[in-house]
Amino acid sequence: MAIVELKNVVKNYGGHKGSKDSANAVENFNLLTEDGEFVVLVGPSGCGKSTTMRMIAGLENNTGGEIRISGRDVSAVPPKDRDIAMVFQSYALYPHMSVFENMAFSLRLKKTPNDEVKRRVNEAASILNIEHLLERKPRALSGGQRQRVALGRAIVRQPQVFLMDEPLSNLDAKLRVDMRAEIVKLHRKLGVTTFYVTHDQVEAMTMGQRIVVMLDGKIQQVDTPQNLYERPNNMFVAGFIGTPSMNFLRAKIASDRRALEGESFRFKAEGARGTALDTHTANEVWVGVRPEHLRYVEDSGHGAGLENMMRGTIEVVEPLGAVTMVQVQIDDARVTAQLDSHVQVTLGETITLACAGEKLHLFDADSEQALGLEQPVSEPLSAAV
Amino acid sequence: MDSITTTQPVHSGKAAKAQRKVASAPTRRLMAPAVIFLFVWMIVPLVMTLYYSLQNYNLMMPTMRSFAGILNYDLLFSDPTFWAALGNTLLLVAACLIVTVGLGLALALLFNRTFIGRGAARTLAISPFFIMPVVTGLIWKNMMFHPVYGLISWALRALGLEPVDWLAHHPMMSIVIMISWEWTPFALLILLTGLQSLPEDQIEAVRLDGANKWQEFRHIVLPHLGQVLYVVVMLESIFFLTSFAEIYSTTGGGPGTATTNLPYYIYLGAFFQYDIGSSSAAAIGAVILANIFAIFLIRFVAGNLNAGSQR
Amino acid sequence: MTESRLTNTLLTLLTYAVAIVMFFPILWMFLTAFKTEQTAFDIVPHFLFTPTLDSFKLALAQGNGYWHYAFNSALSAVASTLIGLVLAVPAAYAMAFFPSKRTDFTLVWMVSTKFIPAVGVLIPVFMVYKSLGLLDNIWGLTMLFTAMNLPLIVWMVYSYFKDIPKDIIEAADIDGAGTLQTMVKVVLPLALPGLASTGLLALILAWNESFWSLTMTDHKAATLAVFIASFKSAEGLFWAKMSAASVLTVTPIIILGWFAQRQMVRGLTFGAVK
Ligand SMILES: Nc1ncnc2c1ncn2[C@@H]1O[C@H](COP(=O)(O)OP(=O)(O)OP(=O)(O)O)[C@@H](O)[C@H]1O
Ligand SMILES: [Mg+2]
Repeated sequence: MAIVELKNVVKNYGGHKGSKDSANAVENFNLLTEDGEFVVLVGPSGCGKSTTMRMIAGLENNTGGEIRISGRDVSAVPPKDRDIAMVFQSYALYPHMSVFENMAFSLRLKKTPNDEVKRRVNEAASILNIEHLLERKPRALSGGQRQRVALGRAIVRQPQVFLMDEPLSNLDAKLRVDMRAEIVKLHRKLGVTTFYVTHDQVEAMTMGQRIVVMLDGKIQQVDTPQNLYERPNNMFVAGFIGTPSMNFLRAKIASDRRALEGESFRFKAEGARGTALDTHTANEVWVGVRPEHLRYVEDSGHGAGLENMMRGTIEVVEPLGAVTMVQVQIDDARVTAQLDSHVQVTLGETITLACAGEKLHLFDADSEQALGLEQPVSEPLSAAV
Repeated sequence: MDSITTTQPVHSGKAAKAQRKVASAPTRRLMAPAVIFLFVWMIVPLVMTLYYSLQNYNLMMPTMRSFAGILNYDLLFSDPTFWAALGNTLLLVAACLIVTVGLGLALALLFNRTFIGRGAARTLAISPFFIMPVVTGLIWKNMMFHPVYGLISWALRALGLEPVDWLAHHPMMSIVIMISWEWTPFALLILLTGLQSLPEDQIEAVRLDGANKWQEFRHIVLPHLGQVLYVVVMLESIFFLTSFAEIYSTTGGGPGTATTNLPYYIYLGAFFQYDIGSSSAAAIGAVILANIFAIFLIRFVAGNLNAGSQR
Repeated sequence: MTESRLTNTLLTLLTYAVAIVMFFPILWMFLTAFKTEQTAFDIVPHFLFTPTLDSFKLALAQGNGYWHYAFNSALSAVASTLIGLVLAVPAAYAMAFFPSKRTDFTLVWMVSTKFIPAVGVLIPVFMVYKSLGLLDNIWGLTMLFTAMNLPLIVWMVYSYFKDIPKDIIEAADIDGAGTLQTMVKVVLPLALPGLASTGLLALILAWNESFWSLTMTDHKAATLAVFIASFKSAEGLFWAKMSAASVLTVTPIIILGWFAQRQMVRGLTFGAVK
């Protein structure tokens, strides 16, 4: 168990100037973990998640900044002396060794006495329910079993930090959900500081105590799942977290600096968001609304013009059973709304959707940064969706 | 060689230190033995050959050594035997390549079918590849090509034809036959493996598209074999360019200069005329010829490296 | 349907015929080796005859005796293969798992030395060996075999190593294995089939090598190539003995080749066939 600290960490692969590789793969990465925290790194492909992990592991050198594990600067420490264990996406099991030998390998290298090796391997195997597989070779295992062995190999070492790089992405959907729960349980049991990489935001939300959202090598936001969902820092995070994605509408700011208007919608900025607009100089702003916050409004004949409502034609209807997804054309944007399934809608119909004022998100039209974020009410770390 | 260091451009001095400490494997130390060995046994002698080629140096008169400039090359270029040897070398390489690749491809297609006894038949067919070239020369020269007692003569007589003195009247063709006999199995073996790695579904898809056998071969099989063919051609070129034992044990380069290729020409010059200087000049010629072929291989190797690093 | 079955049968028969034609000179050599000189050298070929081992007895006693040459061949082939592997494995390991722009260059350079023909270095090697007393010396010859095969061995081992996922090497690194331990405990066991086939190919090439044997050795270090070349002027006088000597020369390597044919190919195609 340990506190991991990354200070202004930079990685550049040193490609030729002008080529794609010449940009920093990771830029100014700052993070201080709690002891025993479960941190998830999430972001689209190529954003630098693996690179960050590999720098913590020591498989890659950081080009700048420093990495501390339990206060010790590890920049010049080889992977084996960093007291970390890594679980690879490909599992990277040694194909020529039995499951037992796979798990025992690191202990054997440290010349651990034989009975100690046996005890620790058996202990890990029983935690993971793979005792009956110990004599098999990896090729005789299913994907899920290999995954467990890979975890077991990490557990046996009793490291200060676990690093897991997309460990579940080779499993089928059902197994992935099971293993997800199991890894969380394992973390609770062992209490080891864990870094977990995924590009699946559902995985990130359900597993992470804190989530690091990355894009193009830069941290976009570090927060609890709840805060990421409720108070995204910018449009990227807002769109990345939550399924279906948040809807964005381009709105004009009216002269009263409160009303936000388009041809077929009208919103009102309240509270901190409203105050933020007072000092905002631009005339336009992005309004973000999550599909699950949109409500169907019986058409009262008033049409648009009412506060916090929008009106448009239904272009797509997707009944999913419990809910119905509809896509509505609002000005030049497609807005997705998640409606109760008892609401009867038909294709081509013009409907009115409403959203509570406090659920609106505002973003600067140019920088795409959030406007008027309220300070979060202090939340317990273990918040999960 | 100072070309084997591993350090990459790094930004701050501190990180540079870390770079060396953490991830730099002892690359230089691991590669040094092989590099040094090849350097001492190949590059150093090559440079010495170049040096000798600029010397007046005959082992019959070892004390009369002097700088010759390009004299040896002048002599070489005015020696009709050299040109004959160069022509023979090219002819040999070209003919053997055509025969082995063409025949090898045809045989590979034959052997790629499923039939009873396929393993045994294949094993028999590839056996010539394991025969020592000197033995090949002796067997063919005596028991196959002999104008009176050879099997081929017997067969021709049995068919009512006139026996042929192969080595005397068709010397180059005889050499090509022997070398092709040794190397067709090699082409067969590798092309067959290439064929077997062709995904079944590609063939099925093209059949569903209504392609006939020839179109199937032309548009699916051949492109798939492209890279493998390339390997066969390049490796065979290396060996064909340096053919020696088959000639040494049969024609001895004759009759006249009919089967004298560059290696044999150099061998004769050095070991029978003791002329170090001009033999070295000829050797440099052989190296240059080989390097023209090498350029292609190197392209292939380099291309392969790039493909590999994209994994 | 019947027509295509007919074609099928004909093609199969053709394949058998091709196999037999390819193998026939070897078969004929084996048959001749068991004949008397009279039956061997006859205007009508004899397919049926009473086998005799006389020619083998004579062949075994040829020159310094068969075993002298066979020992030299075996020693130089095995030793050059082992030395080649010992030199190539670390180099290929470094290039496969710690590549940089310069290692690419080095690999290409190493492979390209295979394109320096033996005659290109023959004269200096001969002169230097002569002054160092390495002429007709089995170790001098072994080193030449090594130099001849090293580029191919490096390339083949490299292509086998490239097939090992990099993740596994990194896992070993994190598990605490040093370079040597990773090489010995992880990489070598995984590449063992590949190393074996590489070794077999190098062995076959070295055993059959004739150019250096004929030019650099004479008596003491003479290999089977020299032994068999002494029959060069047989001219019908001792075909049976020559065949017996040939059989003695090629049999070990044919058997090795038969067993190794499958393994050999993958390495030989330079990784072009997966
Ligand atoms: N060895 C390398 N050499 C050069 N560039 C690299 C190397 N490894 C990664 N990169 C580059 O660094 C950037 C970040 O890559 P990284 O592997 O960290 O992404 P990732 O977030 O893990 O993506 P994914 O979800 O696809 O695994 C990418 O642009 C990638 O092309
Ligand atoms: Mg990744």
